[in-house]
Amino acid sequence: MTATTASARSDLSEVGRSEATLRTFLHGLPGVDQVGAEQRAAMLGTRSIKTSAKAWAIDLAIRMVDLTTLEGADTPGKVRALAAKALRPDPADPSCPSVAAVCVYPTMVPVAAAVLWGGTPGPAGPSEDGTGSDGFRAGSGSDNGSVPRLGLLGEPSDGRGPRDGTDRAGGRLALPGPAPASRVHLASVATAFPSGQAPLEVRLADTRAAVAAGADEIDMVINRGAFLSGRYQEVYDEIFAVKAACGNAHLKVILETGELATYDSVRRASWLAMLAGADFIKTSTGKVPVAATLPVTLVMLEAVRDFRDATGRQVGVKPAGGIRTTKDAIKYLVLVNETAGPDWLHPDWFRFGASSLLNDLLMQRTKLSTGVYSGPDYFTLD
Amino acid sequence: MSERIAVRKTYKLFIGGKFPRSESGRSYPVQNSNVALASRKDVRDAVLAARAAVKGWSGATAYNRGQILYRVAEMLEGRRDQFVGLGVPAAEVDEAIDRWVWYAGWADKLTQVYGNANPVAGPYFNLSAPEPTGVVGVLAPTEPALLGLVSVVAPAIVSGNTVVVLVAEASPLPAITLSEVLATSDLPGGVVNLLTGRPAETAPWLAGHMDVNALDLTGVDDPELAAELERAAAGNLKRVLRPAAGPVDWTADPGVGRMTALLETKTVWHPKGV
Repeated sequence: MTATTASARSDLSEVGRSEATLRTFLHGLPGVDQVGAEQRAAMLGTRSIKTSAKAWAIDLAIRMVDLTTLEGADTPGKVRALAAKALRPDPADPSCPSVAAVCVYPTMVPVAAAVLWGGTPGPAGPSEDGTGSDGFRAGSGSDNGSVPRLGLLGEPSDGRGPRDGTDRAGGRLALPGPAPASRVHLASVATAFPSGQAPLEVRLADTRAAVAAGADEIDMVINRGAFLSGRYQEVYDEIFAVKAACGNAHLKVILETGELATYDSVRRASWLAMLAGADFIKTSTGKVPVAATLPVTLVMLEAVRDFRDATGRQVGVKPAGGIRTTKDAIKYLVLVNETAGPDWLHPDWFRFGASSLLNDLLMQRTKLSTGVYSGPDYFTLD
Repeated sequence: MSERIAVRKTYKLFIGGKFPRSESGRSYPVQNSNVALASRKDVRDAVLAARAAVKGWSGATAYNRGQILYRVAEMLEGRRDQFVGLGVPAAEVDEAIDRWVWYAGWADKLTQVYGNANPVAGPYFNLSAPEPTGVVGVLAPTEPALLGLVSVVAPAIVSGNTVVVLVAEASPLPAITLSEVLATSDLPGGVVNLLTGRPAETAPWLAGHMDVNALDLTGVDDPELAAELERAAAGNLKRVLRPAAGPVDWTADPGVGRMTALLETKTVWHPKGV
């Protein structure tokens, strides 16, 4: 349906040069057909995914979870427990893959890093076919981290994939802290999360501190006040500066779509973030009433698809907040496949920001493997 | 003027205080009516609803639970003729109403009768108090349709349990009509969930469900099925009430056995004299 065809495909590098060029470009993006987007998202949500396809989707969804705790009441003990759960979501089942990342506040990064990358022999990640049972292989396999991670069934197809600009695995190896034994990444929110209302220097210092503490992914919030009042250059420059402060860490840019009001704004913010250098665009902080929705994610997926067509650079998408059930997660996976394409069906390019979702995925996984319905009593509270 | 055409009723399930159709879309005919034919996913939804209701219902005061059970009796009284119209003998309806009242009276007496202050050799108060088991799966007897159902549901919920009832295949109409009574009796949604259909198909899912805490097999006539369900129930050590060996006289004094079988005893030690 509505494609964001960039008018000046050839030269997007000049767009961020001035307020005027940014405004011309962002306001030149075609408007989103609201009714159409909602209808299409609802239609894709009716797909029936069963049996072996469902098992595959559940394992993929587990591998895409950014296991998150962002509470004022977070303690080191809670973060340690969460990180341990990220490594082995279902201790009773060695074939259960690890999640993609742990997402915490900057002060909790060292605590999580100690568990994920600490001195003990870290659990190797899930084997590539998703059925391996070598979860507690001691030491670090030399293959881990030295090759780009490919999907369960071999996707993303490298044929189309201009992934060279990102070369994520290589970038990760260059990081100072993390050993490659664990494939669970460590994300930290930064830049005065969740409001983003702090002086730029403070936000940059926040980012540098999180990276220095060991985070290899940074979730930043955009300055919605500036964006909504049309000061695009300011937002662009801030994202650019944070990206520079991130160094080798990957930058996820939170648009807080619940506060952007319209799909047109979501589309503009997505493009703005990608132009400024975001590696991921993320829907929400989870701290406002309206979090990720299917139509908003649809708009963002269209944006990353069209951005790759225009520039050759692939950007990931992370819906966060409000995704609690396996059914929801599978709806998102269908949406990804039908909108951006199977290249995005991989933890490097699509994530779920969630905490309670993981338990529901594990319950469904247990149902498929044991044949009886499971219950919340058998899984840890986050 | 043409003659008025009566509005026929669709008999649906009762899950979480609502009346949904079966997730499967299936139904089967009973007495010229279409009755929903529940699937395993309806069982799953009903257990979710029952689990969600445990906290509120078991946390309500015993006095309040008694009031609500008595309210069920009041509502049932007002619908007496409707049940008679469905073929339930008038005497059985009366008996069912009286049974609600009888169990309502037990609500705030269970703890007094089955709790205890235990003598211990130390400076402690040692108190045992009965507590509800949690979510109870119930297979209701086929006959008597109304009294049998009331006689298995009321003793389970009076102590604060919530129930998922698989109604017998042959006699679903009084059960669904009873759910309309329950829905208008201030009973919180999810405390009683009634699934019509074929228990032989859905019962194994209920028996194996890891989030169900007890299983009442009263309505199972087939000993092999009962044994199979009991085995499935062992997966998470459910309490199991076996079906009676011989015929049951449902009009007789029910006794307290059905209530106490679904209780757990919690004992606390509390220091004294310090």
